[in-house]
Amino acid sequence: MGIRETFRLALRAIRRNKVRSALTMLGVIIGVASVIAMIALGSGARAVIDEQIQSQGTTLIYLSSGSFGGPGRAHGGSGSVTTLTLEDAQAIVREIPTIGLWTPGVRGRAQVIAGNNNWNTQFEGGNEDFLAVRNFAVAEGANFTARDVLVADKVCLLGATVAKALFPDQDPIGQVIRVRNMPFRVLGVLAEKGQGQWGQDQDDFVVAPWTTIQKKLLGINYIHQVSFTARTSELVEPTAVAITRLMRARHRSPGPDQDDFSVRTVEEMAATRVQMASTMTGLLMSVASVSLLVGGIGIMNIMLVSVTERTREIGVRMAVGAKTGDVLKQFLAEAVALSAVGGFAGILLGIGVSEAITTSLGWPVLITTSSILVAFAFSAGVGVFFGWYPARKAANLDPIEALRYE
Amino acid sequence: MAAEPLIRVVDLKRSYALGDVTVHALRGVSLDIAPGSFIAVIGASGSGKSTLMNILGLLDRPTSGQYHLDGRDVSGFDRDRRAELRNKKIGFVFQNFSLLPRTTALENVELPLLYNGRGHRPAERHAKAMSLLQAVGLADRAHHTPNQLSGGQQQRVAIARSLVNDPELILADEPTGNLDSRTSVEIMEILQRLNRERGITVLLITHEHDIAEYATRVVTVRDGRILTDEAVARQRDAAAELAALPPVGSEA
Repeated sequence: MGIRETFRLALRAIRRNKVRSALTMLGVIIGVASVIAMIALGSGARAVIDEQIQSQGTTLIYLSSGSFGGPGRAHGGSGSVTTLTLEDAQAIVREIPTIGLWTPGVRGRAQVIAGNNNWNTQFEGGNEDFLAVRNFAVAEGANFTARDVLVADKVCLLGATVAKALFPDQDPIGQVIRVRNMPFRVLGVLAEKGQGQWGQDQDDFVVAPWTTIQKKLLGINYIHQVSFTARTSELVEPTAVAITRLMRARHRSPGPDQDDFSVRTVEEMAATRVQMASTMTGLLMSVASVSLLVGGIGIMNIMLVSVTERTREIGVRMAVGAKTGDVLKQFLAEAVALSAVGGFAGILLGIGVSEAITTSLGWPVLITTSSILVAFAFSAGVGVFFGWYPARKAANLDPIEALRYE
Repeated sequence: MAAEPLIRVVDLKRSYALGDVTVHALRGVSLDIAPGSFIAVIGASGSGKSTLMNILGLLDRPTSGQYHLDGRDVSGFDRDRRAELRNKKIGFVFQNFSLLPRTTALENVELPLLYNGRGHRPAERHAKAMSLLQAVGLADRAHHTPNQLSGGQQQRVAIARSLVNDPELILADEPTGNLDSRTSVEIMEILQRLNRERGITVLLITHEHDIAEYATRVVTVRDGRILTDEAVARQRDAAAELAALPPVGSEA
């Protein structure tokens, strides 16, 4: 029997027991729908992470004072160690040619006052390349210049959130804000970036020349951080390694345990998040797979019932010349048709559920063609796997006994 | 008798293990059946006639002995080769009709065509099945399902099905067992006609002597052996009997 004929027969057998077939398919439908929805959630989360990496800049490398690692040793966190200096940064830029842009970084929190409004926010100090390195753009006004940095001028750029908080109905440019009784002239407002990869508001900060922050606001002579960009994304890893090596030499650190600094890349940080998202997706996927498995068992069960019910039919088919393979194909086709039709319905339901998740919970979802194809192939595979045993049973029936079966 | 028999069985034995007991259903049967003959095998239940019919119909294999069908020794054939031979050479007619339920007469007749490996197109299949339904007088019932047909009509559908692959042999296992006497004669009329007009060999299994008399030769089986094997002195002619019967307004 041809494959088309076989499936035509299978679909007809399924239509004959509509309610039973529908209930059998329900298991597969739920299984496939949850697989689709879980993959959509996972891909959605990953897409958001990718987007956030793009917004930070993929070639970004952070050199921070203090170290994160080392079990069992007391370490200062980032910023509490005072050994990172501008000289370190300059040496790195001088000796490692793969570095593109760079900026020193100092930061602190402060209350910012403008007229009747005040706002507690983060201060970030950098050089004139800060915006380029950290992938910020000026929406209005202008960036500060190298000269501003050199003379430690009291000028600043406002993050979008700060601008809105301090100047709700005024143009902030040219206005003066006060920080610890020091006046800063607002040169510009930054373009909005939205949420960062940990959910923080990336627009809630003020940027000023690092010299100004370091000397006039914080009164320190070290820096907290240096941000570099590698010339290309392929150079991120080797550059990070070169920075680490050079820093160990300069700070006479024998190994990671003794480091008073840490080097991280944005990619590395994002990898952690992707890892987390994958773990979560994997967990949900395995739950979804279990329901697909249960659906498969349902198909096996109903196919076994069907084989018993149709023993006479099998006997007649064998008597008129159906071979073992013909009977096997027929029942396998029915199982596959059940699971494939269920799989198709499950895909539609899964898409619907994903859309519902986005609209009701606001979680990002991404339905990919590959996930649909995978789910469909998987459900058909479930049909083959769980249909095999009942089909085998049918095909191996003795024709005489099958014909006599009441 | 023709030189080359269609069926030749030599010392056919078949035993079953039923728990600890071995049941000898056939204890050595030898038989030649010439092509184009109409032979009845008669015997009480438990005589071994069903076992003989299963082996001759290639549904079962003998424990020992030889079975030559159309000159070939088929006793050692495996499941699939036997299925293929059943499909091409043998048409079955059963006591309980054995039609597929909820399937039209036309599709029931087409069924063996699905398995003959020739990949007929649906139109071809329909045409072939339709012509056979016509031959058994059921063209107007082609799209009825078995439960919409009378017993006699169902058996005629079964006969049409048995013919669809142009077999050399029709095995009719108690074909009239579930039918009233008039319908029985009608069925026998069709079988006689097929035997005469198409030269198809008919092997009729029955336990009724009067039905056996429609054949030209009667073999009696008892206790797994052939008891008698004789020509029928006066073959009954179903067509003539039907003509003599009072006409019925419409067949139920």
